[in-house]
Amino acid sequence: MPIEVNGKTFETDEEGYLANLNEWEPDLATVMAKEDDCELTDNHWEVINFLREYYDEYQIAPAVRVLTKAIGKKLGKDKGNSKYLYELFPYGPAKQACKYAGLPKPTGCV
Amino acid sequence: MNEDEMMEEGGTIKKFLYVNRRAPYGSVYALESLEVVLIGAAFEQDVSMAFVDDGVYQLKKGQDTKDVDMKNFSPTYRALEMYDVEKLYVDKASMDARGLTEEDFVVPVEVLSTEQLAELMEDQEVILSF
Repeated sequence: MPIEVNGKTFETDEEGYLANLNEWEPDLATVMAKEDDCELTDNHWEVINFLREYYDEYQIAPAVRVLTKAIGKKLGKDKGNSKYLYELFPYGPAKQACKYAGLPKPTGCV
Repeated sequence: MNEDEMMEEGGTIKKFLYVNRRAPYGSVYALESLEVVLIGAAFEQDVSMAFVDDGVYQLKKGQDTKDVDMKNFSPTYRALEMYDVEKLYVDKASMDARGLTEEDFVVPVEVLSTEQLAELMEDQEVILSF
């Protein structure tokens, strides 16, 4: 279902992931999150921005185990753990955060 | 169920070798192989990858896919380490025949002679060829 943000229309796939990741803009993340009743805080943005950088570097959305490890390395142990990330993204940190970040669904994520 | 029990349930660890023989673009084999490896990494098996024949081109630096309209997925090989896939082997004869050296690859690899490659294969429990 296409999403309307700031007068622009964004195509998504059947699961709500952005069709073209180059079209992504921050307001899109905010709108997607609102549909899930989720208000994005700085902590959410930290993960979303991290994922965009990760994708830019490796051309892949990381599996949750890899994301957790990589976040721990970059932002510290208190953030690189499942509890913290699941609190931020209850639908699954990799799946939900990747969606807001405009990335495809992580490889291997069913 | 706690983590230890899950590990037990997970059963035995097998040696998997993924053999990549084809050029990165023009068919889906290279990308499919990489995706299977990444998905399989979640099962914590003992994974190795071998690059043979035109498969050595998959690791070549400086790929530009603009004109073939496929995503350049070569940077993803650099993510393999984070998935604990660290054993990457290149067939020396294939590499030499294409005028490539270890410096041409996006990731560190171990270069093996044909005999060593045969031994590696002999040592595996599961071999998947792409």
